[in-house]
Amino acid sequence: MTTSRSSIPRFAGRGLNLLYLPALAVLGVFTLWPLVNGVMLSLSNWDGYSPERSFVGLENYLRLFDDPNFRTALGNTFIYGVGSTILQQVIGLGLALALDRSVRGRNVARAIIYLPVLVSPVVMGTMYYLFLSYNSGGLNDLVIALGGERTAWLSDSGAAIALIVVVNSLQFMGISMVIYLAGLQSIPTVYYEAARLDGANAAQSFRHITVPMLQPAFATSIVLNLIGGMKLFDVIQVLTAGGPGYSTHSVSTLIAKMYFGSQRAGYASAMGVVLFLIIAVFTLLLNTMLNRRRLEQL
Amino acid sequence: MSAASVRPAVRAPWPGRLAIGAGVLVAVLLQLLPFYITVTSAMKARSDLSSQWLPRLTGIHWQNFATAIEQGGILRAIGNSAIVTLGATVLVCVLGALAAYPLARRSTLSNRLVLAGVVGLIMIPPLSILVPLYSMMSQWHAINTYWGMILVMTATQLPLAIFLYTAFMRALPVSIEEAASVDGASAVQVLFRVVVPMLTPVTATVVILTSVNVWNDYALSVYLMRSPEMRTIAPATATFFSTTSSDVGAAAAASLLSVLPVLVVYLVLQRYFIKGMVAGSEK
Repeated sequence: MTTSRSSIPRFAGRGLNLLYLPALAVLGVFTLWPLVNGVMLSLSNWDGYSPERSFVGLENYLRLFDDPNFRTALGNTFIYGVGSTILQQVIGLGLALALDRSVRGRNVARAIIYLPVLVSPVVMGTMYYLFLSYNSGGLNDLVIALGGERTAWLSDSGAAIALIVVVNSLQFMGISMVIYLAGLQSIPTVYYEAARLDGANAAQSFRHITVPMLQPAFATSIVLNLIGGMKLFDVIQVLTAGGPGYSTHSVSTLIAKMYFGSQRAGYASAMGVVLFLIIAVFTLLLNTMLNRRRLEQL
Repeated sequence: MSAASVRPAVRAPWPGRLAIGAGVLVAVLLQLLPFYITVTSAMKARSDLSSQWLPRLTGIHWQNFATAIEQGGILRAIGNSAIVTLGATVLVCVLGALAAYPLARRSTLSNRLVLAGVVGLIMIPPLSILVPLYSMMSQWHAINTYWGMILVMTATQLPLAIFLYTAFMRALPVSIEEAASVDGASAVQVLFRVVVPMLTPVTATVVILTSVNVWNDYALSVYLMRSPEMRTIAPATATFFSTTSSDVGAAAAASLLSVLPVLVVYLVLQRYFIKGMVAGSEK
Protein backbone atom coordinates (compact mmCIF):
# COMPACT_ATOMS: atom_id res chain seq x y z
CA MET A 1 0.00 0.00 0.00
CA THR A 2 1.59 3.22 -1.07
CA THR A 3 -1.00 5.80 -0.02
CA SER A 4 -0.92 6.92 3.53
CA ARG A 5 -4.25 7.26 5.23
CA SER A 6 -3.80 10.98 5.82
CA SER A 7 -3.25 11.92 2.19
CA ILE A 8 -6.82 12.06 1.06
CA PRO A 9 -6.86 14.22 -2.04
CA ARG A 10 -8.80 17.42 -1.77
CA PHE A 11 -11.38 16.46 -4.41
CA ALA A 12 -12.33 13.35 -2.48
CA GLY A 13 -15.13 14.74 -0.37
CA ARG A 14 -17.75 12.74 1.40
CA GLY A 15 -19.85 12.77 -1.79
CA LEU A 16 -17.38 10.35 -3.33
CA ASN A 17 -18.91 7.63 -1.15
CA LEU A 18 -22.02 7.75 -3.34
CA LEU A 19 -20.02 5.67 -5.81
CA TYR A 20 -20.25 2.56 -3.67
CA LEU A 21 -23.97 2.76 -3.11
CA PRO A 22 -24.98 0.80 -6.27
CA ALA A 23 -22.68 -2.09 -5.32
CA LEU A 24 -23.86 -2.05 -1.71
CA ALA A 25 -27.48 -2.06 -2.88
CA VAL A 26 -26.94 -5.21 -4.98
CA LEU A 27 -25.04 -6.91 -2.14
CA GLY A 28 -27.61 -5.81 0.40
CA VAL A 29 -30.57 -7.18 -1.52
CA PHE A 30 -29.09 -10.39 -2.90
CA THR A 31 -26.64 -11.43 -0.16
CA LEU A 32 -27.09 -9.61 3.12
CA TRP A 33 -30.87 -9.64 3.25
CA PRO A 34 -31.08 -13.39 2.43
CA LEU A 35 -28.53 -13.99 5.18
CA VAL A 36 -30.64 -12.09 7.73
CA ASN A 37 -33.88 -13.51 6.43
CA GLY A 38 -32.36 -16.98 6.65
CA VAL A 39 -31.90 -16.53 10.38
CA MET A 40 -35.57 -15.55 10.71
CA LEU A 41 -36.74 -18.49 8.57
CA SER A 42 -34.60 -20.83 10.67
CA LEU A 43 -36.76 -19.93 13.68
CA SER A 44 -39.94 -20.98 11.86
CA ASN A 45 -41.55 -24.18 10.70
CA TRP A 46 -42.04 -22.89 7.11
CA ASP A 47 -42.49 -25.58 4.46
CA GLY A 48 -41.15 -23.43 1.62
CA TYR A 49 -44.32 -22.61 -0.29
CA SER A 50 -47.42 -22.13 1.87
CA PRO A 51 -48.22 -18.61 3.14
CA GLU A 52 -48.45 -19.82 6.72
CA ARG A 53 -45.59 -20.30 9.04
CA SER A 54 -45.23 -20.05 12.76
CA PHE A 55 -42.43 -19.14 15.08
CA VAL A 56 -40.88 -22.20 16.71
CA GLY A 57 -37.91 -20.61 18.44
CA LEU A 58 -34.76 -22.70 18.53
CA GLU A 59 -36.57 -25.96 17.83
CA ASN A 60 -34.92 -26.45 14.41
CA TYR A 61 -31.48 -25.97 15.90
CA LEU A 62 -32.15 -28.37 18.76
CA ARG A 63 -33.45 -30.95 16.31
CA LEU A 64 -30.29 -30.61 14.17
CA PHE A 65 -28.09 -32.16 16.78
CA ASP A 66 -30.36 -35.17 17.23
CA ASP A 67 -30.59 -35.72 13.49
CA PRO A 68 -28.24 -38.56 12.49
CA ASN A 69 -28.38 -37.43 8.85
CA PHE A 70 -27.22 -33.96 9.79
CA ARG A 71 -24.44 -35.35 11.96
CA THR A 72 -23.27 -37.53 9.07
CA ALA A 73 -23.38 -34.53 6.73
CA LEU A 74 -21.46 -32.40 9.21
CA GLY A 75 -18.80 -35.10 9.61
CA ASN A 76 -18.56 -35.52 5.84
CA THR A 77 -18.23 -31.75 5.41
CA PHE A 78 -15.10 -31.88 7.58
CA ILE A 79 -13.79 -34.95 5.76
CA TYR A 80 -14.28 -33.23 2.38
CA GLY A 81 -12.58 -30.10 3.71
CA VAL A 82 -9.64 -31.66 5.54
CA GLY A 83 -9.12 -34.51 3.06
CA SER A 84 -9.04 -32.17 0.07
CA THR A 85 -6.74 -29.79 1.90
CA ILE A 86 -4.18 -32.48 2.73
CA LEU A 87 -4.21 -34.04 -0.75
CA GLN A 88 -3.96 -30.71 -2.52
CA GLN A 89 -1.11 -29.43 -0.35
CA VAL A 90 0.94 -32.61 -0.85
CA ILE A 91 0.40 -32.88 -4.59
CA GLY A 92 0.32 -29.14 -5.23
CA LEU A 93 3.59 -28.47 -3.42
CA GLY A 94 5.24 -31.53 -4.96
CA LEU A 95 4.28 -30.44 -8.46
CA ALA A 96 5.35 -26.85 -7.78
CA LEU A 97 8.79 -28.01 -6.63
CA ALA A 98 9.10 -30.30 -9.65
CA LEU A 99 7.96 -27.68 -12.16
CA ASP A 100 9.90 -24.78 -10.67
CA ARG A 101 13.07 -26.18 -12.24
CA SER A 102 13.89 -25.63 -15.85
CA VAL A 103 12.70 -28.92 -17.24
CA ARG A 104 11.58 -29.42 -20.80
CA GLY A 105 7.86 -29.10 -21.34
CA ARG A 106 7.16 -27.56 -17.96
CA ASN A 107 4.86 -24.89 -19.38
CA VAL A 108 2.76 -27.53 -21.12
CA ALA A 109 2.68 -29.60 -17.93
CA ARG A 110 1.58 -26.62 -15.86
CA ALA A 111 -1.13 -25.69 -18.34
CA ILE A 112 -2.54 -29.24 -18.43
CA ILE A 113 -2.43 -29.72 -14.65
CA TYR A 114 -4.23 -26.40 -14.27
CA LEU A 115 -6.83 -27.05 -16.99
CA PRO A 116 -9.52 -28.80 -14.86
CA VAL A 117 -9.77 -25.70 -12.63
CA LEU A 118 -11.65 -24.01 -15.46
CA VAL A 119 -14.20 -26.78 -15.94
CA SER A 120 -17.50 -26.57 -14.09
CA PRO A 121 -17.23 -28.98 -11.12
CA VAL A 122 -20.55 -30.51 -12.07
CA VAL A 123 -19.27 -31.30 -15.57
CA MET A 124 -16.00 -32.63 -14.15
CA GLY A 125 -18.08 -34.83 -11.85
CA THR A 126 -20.08 -36.08 -14.83
CA MET A 127 -16.90 -37.00 -16.68
CA TYR A 128 -15.59 -38.92 -13.66
CA TYR A 129 -18.97 -40.59 -13.26
CA LEU A 130 -18.53 -42.08 -16.74
CA PHE A 131 -15.12 -43.39 -15.71
CA LEU A 132 -16.42 -44.88 -12.44
CA SER A 133 -19.64 -46.42 -13.73
CA TYR A 134 -20.31 -50.08 -13.02
CA ASN A 135 -20.90 -51.50 -16.50
CA SER A 136 -19.00 -49.36 -18.95
CA GLY A 137 -16.56 -47.49 -16.71
CA GLY A 138 -12.87 -47.40 -17.59
CA LEU A 139 -11.84 -47.99 -13.98
CA ASN A 140 -13.62 -51.34 -13.85
CA ASP A 141 -12.05 -52.35 -17.17
CA LEU A 142 -8.67 -51.65 -15.61
CA VAL A 143 -9.50 -53.51 -12.39
CA ILE A 144 -10.70 -56.55 -14.32
CA ALA A 145 -7.65 -56.51 -16.57
CA LEU A 146 -5.52 -56.63 -13.41
CA GLY A 147 -7.49 -59.62 -12.13
CA GLY A 148 -9.91 -57.81 -9.81
CA GLU A 149 -13.68 -57.85 -9.69
CA ARG A 150 -16.19 -55.45 -11.18
CA THR A 151 -17.01 -52.97 -8.41
CA ALA A 152 -19.84 -50.52 -7.82
CA TRP A 153 -17.50 -47.76 -6.66
CA LEU A 154 -20.14 -45.21 -5.75
CA SER A 155 -22.47 -47.62 -3.94
CA ASP A 156 -20.08 -48.08 -1.04
CA SER A 157 -20.23 -45.01 1.16
CA GLY A 158 -16.61 -45.19 2.29
CA ALA A 159 -15.28 -45.53 -1.24
CA ALA A 160 -17.69 -42.87 -2.50
CA ILE A 161 -16.53 -40.35 0.13
CA ALA A 162 -12.89 -41.05 -0.73
CA LEU A 163 -13.61 -40.69 -4.46
CA ILE A 164 -15.41 -37.38 -3.93
CA VAL A 165 -12.35 -36.09 -2.07
CA VAL A 166 -10.03 -37.34 -4.82
CA VAL A 167 -12.11 -35.89 -7.68
CA ASN A 168 -12.37 -32.52 -5.94
CA SER A 169 -8.64 -32.50 -5.15
CA LEU A 170 -7.54 -33.48 -8.65
CA GLN A 171 -9.72 -30.80 -10.16
CA PHE A 172 -8.40 -27.97 -8.00
CA MET A 173 -4.81 -29.03 -7.19
CA GLY A 174 -3.73 -26.74 -10.06
CA ILE A 175 -4.62 -23.75 -7.90
CA SER A 176 -2.36 -24.94 -5.06
CA MET A 177 0.40 -25.71 -7.54
CA VAL A 178 0.24 -22.22 -9.01
CA ILE A 179 0.14 -20.56 -5.57
CA TYR A 180 3.25 -22.52 -4.51
CA LEU A 181 4.99 -21.76 -7.81
CA ALA A 182 4.38 -18.05 -7.23
CA GLY A 183 5.68 -18.48 -3.68
CA LEU A 184 8.83 -20.30 -4.84
CA GLN A 185 9.54 -17.67 -7.45
CA SER A 186 9.39 -14.92 -4.85
CA ILE A 187 12.27 -16.44 -2.86
CA PRO A 188 15.49 -14.55 -3.71
CA THR A 189 18.05 -16.96 -5.14
CA VAL A 190 20.85 -15.30 -3.16
CA TYR A 191 19.51 -17.08 -0.05
CA TYR A 192 20.21 -20.44 -1.65
CA GLU A 193 23.61 -19.31 -2.88
CA ALA A 194 24.56 -18.09 0.57
CA ALA A 195 23.36 -21.34 2.14
CA ARG A 196 25.39 -23.33 -0.37
CA LEU A 197 28.51 -21.33 0.38
CA ASP A 198 27.93 -22.07 4.06
CA GLY A 199 27.86 -25.76 3.23
CA ALA A 200 24.14 -26.44 3.52
CA ASN A 201 22.82 -29.42 1.59
CA ALA A 202 19.60 -29.50 -0.44
CA ALA A 203 17.50 -30.85 2.43
CA GLN A 204 18.77 -28.17 4.81
CA SER A 205 18.10 -25.41 2.28
CA PHE A 206 14.60 -26.72 1.81
CA ARG A 207 13.87 -26.83 5.52
CA HIS A 208 15.43 -23.56 6.52
CA ILE A 209 14.80 -21.39 3.45
CA THR A 210 12.02 -22.80 1.28
CA VAL A 211 9.56 -23.83 3.99
CA PRO A 212 9.65 -20.60 6.02
CA MET A 213 9.59 -18.43 2.91
CA LEU A 214 6.53 -20.29 1.64
CA GLN A 215 4.54 -19.40 4.76
CA PRO A 216 2.17 -16.96 3.02
CA ALA A 217 1.62 -19.46 0.20
CA PHE A 218 0.82 -22.22 2.70
CA ALA A 219 -1.69 -19.97 4.42
CA THR A 220 -3.42 -18.89 1.21
CA SER A 221 -3.62 -22.37 -0.21
CA ILE A 222 -4.77 -24.07 3.00
CA VAL A 223 -7.53 -21.56 3.71
CA LEU A 224 -8.74 -21.70 0.11
CA ASN A 225 -8.78 -25.51 -0.07
CA LEU A 226 -10.37 -26.01 3.32
CA ILE A 227 -13.19 -23.55 2.67
CA GLY A 228 -13.65 -24.92 -0.86
CA GLY A 229 -13.89 -28.48 0.44
CA MET A 230 -16.32 -27.57 3.21
CA LYS A 231 -18.60 -25.77 0.74
CA LEU A 232 -18.54 -28.78 -1.59
CA PHE A 233 -21.82 -29.28 -3.45
CA ASP A 234 -21.64 -29.85 -7.21
CA VAL A 235 -19.36 -32.89 -7.30
CA ILE A 236 -21.41 -34.69 -4.64
CA GLN A 237 -24.68 -33.94 -6.41
CA VAL A 238 -23.53 -35.53 -9.64
CA LEU A 239 -21.46 -38.42 -8.27
CA THR A 240 -23.73 -39.75 -5.49
CA ALA A 241 -26.51 -37.17 -4.85
CA GLY A 242 -25.76 -37.82 -1.17
CA GLY A 243 -26.39 -41.54 -1.38
CA PRO A 244 -26.34 -44.40 -0.71
CA GLY A 245 -28.94 -43.37 1.85
CA TYR A 246 -27.70 -40.15 3.41
CA SER A 247 -24.14 -41.37 3.83
CA THR A 248 -22.23 -39.02 1.50
CA HIS A 249 -24.19 -35.78 1.97
CA SER A 250 -22.37 -32.60 2.87
CA VAL A 251 -24.26 -29.90 4.75
CA SER A 252 -24.68 -28.06 1.42
CA THR A 253 -26.30 -30.98 -0.41
CA LEU A 254 -28.46 -31.79 2.62
CA ILE A 255 -29.80 -28.21 2.63
CA ALA A 256 -30.94 -28.55 -0.98
CA LYS A 257 -32.44 -31.96 -0.24
CA MET A 258 -34.38 -30.72 2.83
CA TYR A 259 -35.70 -27.67 0.99
CA PHE A 260 -36.58 -29.01 -2.44
CA GLY A 261 -36.93 -32.68 -1.56
CA SER A 262 -38.66 -32.63 1.83
CA GLN A 263 -40.28 -29.14 1.95
CA ARG A 264 -38.56 -28.38 5.25
CA ALA A 265 -37.51 -24.82 4.48
CA GLY A 266 -37.22 -23.69 8.11
CA TYR A 267 -35.07 -26.67 8.99
CA ALA A 268 -32.92 -26.20 5.87
CA SER A 269 -32.46 -22.53 6.81
CA ALA A 270 -31.14 -23.56 10.21
CA MET A 271 -28.60 -25.79 8.48
CA GLY A 272 -27.65 -22.85 6.27
CA VAL A 273 -27.02 -20.66 9.31
CA VAL A 274 -24.91 -23.37 10.94
CA LEU A 275 -22.91 -23.91 7.73
CA PHE A 276 -22.27 -20.18 7.40
CA LEU A 277 -21.16 -19.92 11.04
CA ILE A 278 -18.80 -22.90 10.72
CA ILE A 279 -17.17 -21.51 7.58
CA ALA A 280 -16.92 -18.01 9.09
CA VAL A 281 -15.33 -19.30 12.31
CA PHE A 282 -12.90 -21.52 10.39
CA THR A 283 -11.86 -18.72 8.07
CA LEU A 284 -11.24 -16.30 10.93
CA LEU A 285 -9.44 -18.88 13.07
CA LEU A 286 -7.20 -20.02 10.24
CA ASN A 287 -6.40 -16.50 9.19
CA THR A 288 -5.30 -15.63 12.70
CA MET A 289 -3.54 -18.93 13.33
CA LEU A 290 -1.56 -18.89 10.12
CA ASN A 291 -0.81 -15.22 10.67
CA ARG A 292 -1.62 -14.67 7.12
CA ARG A 293 0.13 -11.98 5.21
CA ARG A 294 -1.94 -10.59 2.43
CA LEU A 295 -0.42 -10.55 -1.00
CA GLU A 296 -2.22 -7.50 -2.18
CA GLN A 297 -0.17 -6.83 -5.23
CA LEU A 298 -1.27 -8.45 -8.44
CA MET B 1 16.69 -10.02 -16.21
CA SER B 2 20.35 -10.34 -15.47
CA ALA B 3 22.10 -13.65 -15.41
CA ALA B 4 22.61 -13.30 -11.66
CA SER B 5 18.89 -13.49 -10.96
CA VAL B 6 18.48 -16.80 -12.74
CA ARG B 7 17.75 -19.65 -10.37
CA PRO B 8 20.89 -21.70 -9.71
CA ALA B 9 20.79 -24.98 -11.56
CA VAL B 10 20.50 -27.29 -8.58
CA ARG B 11 20.57 -30.52 -10.49
CA ALA B 12 19.35 -33.57 -8.71
CA PRO B 13 21.17 -36.83 -9.45
CA TRP B 14 19.63 -38.70 -12.39
CA PRO B 15 17.50 -41.22 -10.46
CA GLY B 16 15.93 -38.28 -8.65
CA ARG B 17 15.31 -36.42 -11.89
CA LEU B 18 13.75 -39.51 -13.40
CA ALA B 19 11.42 -39.92 -10.41
CA ILE B 20 10.39 -36.25 -10.61
CA GLY B 21 9.75 -36.52 -14.34
CA ALA B 22 7.69 -39.67 -13.81
CA GLY B 23 5.67 -38.00 -11.06
CA VAL B 24 4.87 -35.01 -13.25
CA LEU B 25 3.96 -37.30 -16.13
CA VAL B 26 1.54 -39.25 -13.92
CA ALA B 27 -0.10 -36.01 -12.79
CA VAL B 28 -0.45 -34.78 -16.36
CA LEU B 29 -1.96 -38.07 -17.55
CA LEU B 30 -4.32 -38.15 -14.57
CA GLN B 31 -5.59 -34.67 -15.42
CA LEU B 32 -6.13 -35.61 -19.06
CA LEU B 33 -7.90 -38.85 -18.12
CA PRO B 34 -11.46 -37.52 -17.64
CA PHE B 35 -11.26 -35.60 -20.93
CA TYR B 36 -9.90 -38.64 -22.77
CA ILE B 37 -12.62 -40.92 -21.39
CA THR B 38 -15.28 -38.39 -22.32
CA VAL B 39 -13.94 -38.02 -25.86
CA THR B 40 -13.80 -41.77 -26.48
CA SER B 41 -17.29 -42.22 -24.99
CA ALA B 42 -18.73 -39.44 -27.14
CA MET B 43 -17.42 -41.17 -30.27
CA LYS B 44 -19.33 -44.39 -29.73
CA ALA B 45 -22.89 -45.49 -30.43
CA ARG B 46 -24.96 -46.85 -27.57
CA SER B 47 -24.64 -50.34 -29.01
CA ASP B 48 -20.85 -50.13 -29.04
CA LEU B 49 -19.73 -51.83 -25.83
CA SER B 50 -15.99 -51.57 -26.34
CA SER B 51 -13.89 -50.22 -23.49
CA GLN B 52 -13.73 -46.48 -22.76
CA TRP B 53 -9.97 -46.77 -23.00
CA LEU B 54 -10.19 -47.58 -26.70
CA PRO B 55 -10.89 -44.69 -29.03
CA ARG B 56 -13.01 -45.16 -32.11
CA LEU B 57 -10.91 -44.13 -35.06
CA THR B 58 -13.40 -44.73 -37.87
CA GLY B 59 -17.14 -44.31 -38.02
CA ILE B 60 -17.42 -41.79 -35.22
CA HIS B 61 -21.00 -41.67 -33.97
CA TRP B 62 -21.76 -37.97 -34.54
CA GLN B 63 -25.38 -38.65 -33.63
CA ASN B 64 -24.34 -38.24 -29.96
CA PHE B 65 -23.70 -34.56 -30.50
CA ALA B 66 -26.97 -34.15 -32.38
CA THR B 67 -28.82 -35.83 -29.50
CA ALA B 68 -27.12 -33.56 -26.95
CA ILE B 69 -28.07 -30.49 -28.96
CA GLU B 70 -31.63 -31.53 -29.79
CA GLN B 71 -32.73 -33.29 -26.60
CA GLY B 72 -30.40 -31.62 -24.13
CA GLY B 73 -30.81 -28.12 -25.52
CA ILE B 74 -27.07 -27.64 -25.09
CA LEU B 75 -26.71 -24.87 -27.66
CA ARG B 76 -29.61 -22.94 -26.15
CA ALA B 77 -28.00 -23.39 -22.71
CA ILE B 78 -24.69 -22.08 -24.05
CA GLY B 79 -26.57 -19.01 -25.31
CA ASN B 80 -28.24 -18.51 -21.91
CA SER B 81 -24.90 -18.84 -20.14
CA ALA B 82 -23.32 -16.36 -22.54
CA ILE B 83 -26.04 -13.77 -21.77
CA VAL B 84 -25.82 -14.25 -18.00
CA THR B 85 -22.01 -14.31 -18.01
CA LEU B 86 -21.73 -11.19 -20.16
CA GLY B 87 -24.30 -9.28 -18.12
CA ALA B 88 -22.85 -10.23 -14.76
CA THR B 89 -19.25 -9.59 -15.85
CA VAL B 90 -20.03 -6.10 -17.14
CA LEU B 91 -22.01 -5.25 -13.99
CA VAL B 92 -19.30 -6.63 -11.70
CA CYS B 93 -16.58 -4.57 -13.42
CA VAL B 94 -18.58 -1.35 -13.46
CA LEU B 95 -20.06 -1.58 -9.95
CA GLY B 96 -16.83 -3.04 -8.54
CA ALA B 97 -14.57 -0.29 -9.95
CA LEU B 98 -17.01 2.46 -8.90
CA ALA B 99 -17.28 1.07 -5.37
CA ALA B 100 -13.55 0.58 -5.00
CA TYR B 101 -12.65 4.20 -5.77
CA PRO B 102 -13.98 5.80 -2.57
CA LEU B 103 -12.90 2.74 -0.58
CA ALA B 104 -9.34 3.10 -1.86
CA ARG B 105 -9.11 6.89 -1.70
CA ARG B 106 -11.12 7.82 1.39
CA SER B 107 -9.76 5.70 4.19
CA THR B 108 -12.15 6.85 6.87
CA LEU B 109 -13.14 4.48 9.65
CA SER B 110 -16.58 3.91 8.15
CA ASN B 111 -15.13 3.18 4.72
CA ARG B 112 -12.70 0.68 6.19
CA LEU B 113 -15.60 -1.02 7.93
CA VAL B 114 -17.56 -1.11 4.67
CA LEU B 115 -14.61 -2.72 2.89
CA ALA B 116 -14.11 -5.28 5.67
CA GLY B 117 -17.81 -6.12 5.57
CA VAL B 118 -17.82 -6.53 1.79
CA VAL B 119 -14.72 -8.73 1.85
CA GLY B 120 -16.34 -10.79 4.62
CA LEU B 121 -19.17 -11.64 2.24
CA ILE B 122 -16.70 -13.68 0.16
CA MET B 123 -16.91 -16.55 2.62
CA ILE B 124 -20.70 -17.04 2.49
CA PRO B 125 -21.38 -20.49 1.03
CA PRO B 126 -24.06 -20.11 -1.68
CA LEU B 127 -26.11 -22.98 -0.27
CA SER B 128 -26.34 -21.34 3.14
CA ILE B 129 -28.57 -18.60 1.67
CA LEU B 130 -30.38 -20.82 -0.84
CA VAL B 131 -33.71 -21.00 1.00
CA PRO B 132 -34.24 -17.25 1.62
CA LEU B 133 -32.79 -16.32 -1.77
CA TYR B 134 -35.01 -18.74 -3.66
CA SER B 135 -38.15 -17.68 -1.81
CA MET B 136 -37.36 -13.99 -2.40
CA MET B 137 -36.68 -14.58 -6.10
CA SER B 138 -39.90 -16.52 -6.58
CA GLN B 139 -41.92 -13.78 -4.84
CA TRP B 140 -40.43 -11.31 -7.29
CA HIS B 141 -41.10 -13.62 -10.26
CA ALA B 142 -37.37 -13.51 -10.89
CA ILE B 143 -36.92 -17.28 -11.26
CA ASN B 144 -36.14 -18.17 -14.88
CA THR B 145 -35.26 -14.59 -15.80
CA TYR B 146 -32.00 -13.27 -17.16
CA TRP B 147 -32.14 -10.15 -15.02
CA GLY B 148 -32.65 -12.12 -11.81
CA MET B 149 -29.82 -14.51 -12.55
CA ILE B 150 -27.50 -11.70 -13.63
CA LEU B 151 -28.11 -9.77 -10.40
CA VAL B 152 -27.62 -12.84 -8.20
CA MET B 153 -24.39 -13.76 -9.98
CA THR B 154 -23.23 -10.14 -9.74
CA ALA B 155 -23.79 -10.25 -5.98
CA THR B 156 -21.80 -13.47 -5.62
CA GLN B 157 -18.83 -12.09 -7.58
CA LEU B 158 -18.80 -8.43 -6.46
CA PRO B 159 -17.02 -8.80 -3.10
CA LEU B 160 -13.88 -10.28 -4.63
CA ALA B 161 -13.95 -7.72 -7.47
CA ILE B 162 -14.28 -4.82 -5.02
CA PHE B 163 -11.40 -6.23 -2.99
CA LEU B 164 -9.16 -6.58 -6.07
CA TYR B 165 -10.02 -3.15 -7.46
CA THR B 166 -9.47 -1.49 -4.07
CA ALA B 167 -6.09 -3.14 -3.58
CA PHE B 168 -5.04 -2.14 -7.09
CA MET B 169 -6.20 1.47 -6.76
CA ARG B 170 -4.43 1.88 -3.42
CA ALA B 171 -1.20 0.95 -5.14
CA LEU B 172 -1.69 3.64 -7.79
CA PRO B 173 0.15 6.90 -6.94
CA VAL B 174 -2.40 9.44 -5.79
CA SER B 175 -0.26 12.32 -7.07
CA ILE B 176 -1.57 11.98 -10.64
CA GLU B 177 -5.12 12.37 -9.42
CA GLU B 178 -4.12 15.32 -7.24
CA ALA B 179 -2.47 17.00 -10.22
CA ALA B 180 -5.61 16.56 -12.30
CA SER B 181 -7.65 17.90 -9.43
CA VAL B 182 -5.42 20.95 -9.10
CA ASP B 183 -5.91 21.54 -12.82
CA GLY B 184 -9.63 21.85 -12.11
CA ALA B 185 -10.98 18.37 -12.81
CA SER B 186 -13.91 17.24 -10.67
CA ALA B 187 -13.78 13.99 -8.72
CA VAL B 188 -15.91 12.24 -11.34
CA GLN B 189 -13.74 13.55 -14.17
CA VAL B 190 -10.64 12.36 -12.34
CA LEU B 191 -12.17 8.92 -11.94
CA PHE B 192 -13.14 8.46 -15.58
CA ARG B 193 -10.29 10.33 -17.31
CA VAL B 194 -7.39 9.44 -15.04
CA VAL B 195 -8.13 6.37 -12.94
CA VAL B 196 -10.23 4.17 -15.24
CA PRO B 197 -7.64 4.09 -18.06
CA MET B 198 -5.09 2.70 -15.58
CA LEU B 199 -7.30 -0.18 -14.49
CA THR B 200 -6.75 -2.51 -17.45
CA PRO B 201 -4.60 -5.14 -15.67
CA VAL B 202 -6.93 -5.57 -12.69
CA THR B 203 -9.97 -5.49 -14.97
CA ALA B 204 -8.49 -8.39 -16.94
CA THR B 205 -8.21 -10.36 -13.68
CA VAL B 206 -11.76 -9.51 -12.63
CA VAL B 207 -13.17 -10.38 -16.07
CA ILE B 208 -11.45 -13.79 -16.08
CA LEU B 209 -12.46 -14.71 -12.53
CA THR B 210 -16.04 -13.51 -12.88
CA SER B 211 -16.70 -15.05 -16.26
CA VAL B 212 -15.25 -18.44 -15.30
CA ASN B 213 -17.18 -18.51 -12.03
CA VAL B 214 -20.48 -17.44 -13.58
CA TRP B 215 -20.13 -19.70 -16.60
CA ASN B 216 -19.45 -22.71 -14.36
CA ASP B 217 -22.01 -21.94 -11.65
CA TYR B 218 -24.29 -24.79 -10.77
CA ALA B 219 -25.28 -24.45 -7.09
CA LEU B 220 -27.55 -21.43 -7.61
CA SER B 221 -28.28 -21.66 -11.35
CA VAL B 222 -29.80 -25.11 -11.06
CA TYR B 223 -32.53 -23.72 -8.79
CA LEU B 224 -32.92 -20.19 -10.17
CA MET B 225 -32.95 -21.17 -13.87
CA ARG B 226 -35.17 -24.23 -13.78
CA SER B 227 -37.19 -24.17 -16.97
CA PRO B 228 -35.70 -26.05 -19.93
CA GLU B 229 -35.59 -22.90 -22.10
CA MET B 230 -33.75 -20.86 -19.46
CA ARG B 231 -31.24 -23.43 -18.20
CA THR B 232 -27.61 -22.36 -18.19
CA ILE B 233 -24.87 -24.69 -19.33
CA ALA B 234 -23.72 -26.40 -16.12
CA PRO B 235 -27.24 -27.40 -14.94
CA ALA B 236 -28.24 -28.28 -18.51
CA THR B 237 -25.34 -30.73 -18.79
CA ALA B 238 -26.03 -32.24 -15.37
CA THR B 239 -29.78 -32.53 -15.99
CA PHE B 240 -29.32 -34.06 -19.42
CA PHE B 241 -26.86 -36.51 -17.93
CA SER B 242 -29.14 -37.58 -15.08
CA THR B 243 -32.12 -38.11 -17.40
CA THR B 244 -30.15 -39.98 -20.09
CA SER B 245 -27.49 -41.68 -18.02
CA SER B 246 -28.08 -44.85 -20.00
CA ASP B 247 -27.11 -42.92 -23.13
CA VAL B 248 -23.48 -42.50 -22.12
CA GLY B 249 -22.36 -41.27 -25.54
CA ALA B 250 -24.84 -38.40 -25.68
CA ALA B 251 -24.09 -37.40 -22.08
CA ALA B 252 -20.37 -37.39 -22.90
CA ALA B 253 -21.04 -35.29 -26.00
CA ALA B 254 -23.02 -32.79 -23.91
CA SER B 255 -20.14 -32.53 -21.41
CA LEU B 256 -17.67 -31.89 -24.22
CA LEU B 257 -19.87 -29.21 -25.77
CA SER B 258 -20.17 -27.43 -22.43
CA VAL B 259 -16.42 -27.46 -21.81
CA LEU B 260 -15.46 -26.43 -25.34
CA PRO B 261 -16.04 -22.64 -25.06
CA VAL B 262 -13.93 -22.39 -21.89
CA LEU B 263 -11.26 -24.59 -23.43
CA VAL B 264 -10.94 -22.42 -26.53
CA VAL B 265 -10.65 -19.23 -24.49
CA TYR B 266 -8.11 -20.89 -22.18
CA LEU B 267 -5.91 -21.97 -25.07
CA VAL B 268 -5.86 -18.43 -26.42
CA LEU B 269 -5.45 -16.55 -23.12
CA GLN B 270 -3.68 -19.20 -21.05
CA ARG B 271 -1.03 -16.94 -19.50
CA TYR B 272 -3.52 -14.33 -18.36
CA PHE B 273 -5.81 -17.01 -17.02
CA ILE B 274 -3.32 -18.50 -14.58
CA LYS B 275 -2.05 -15.08 -13.54
CA GLY B 276 -5.56 -13.82 -12.99
CA MET B 277 -6.70 -16.85 -11.06
CA VAL B 278 -3.70 -16.60 -8.74
CA ALA B 279 -4.36 -12.94 -8.08
CA GLY B 280 -7.95 -13.82 -7.31
CA SER B 281 -7.09 -16.65 -4.99
CA GLU B 282 -4.68 -14.57 -2.93
CA LYS B 283 -7.50 -12.71 -1.32
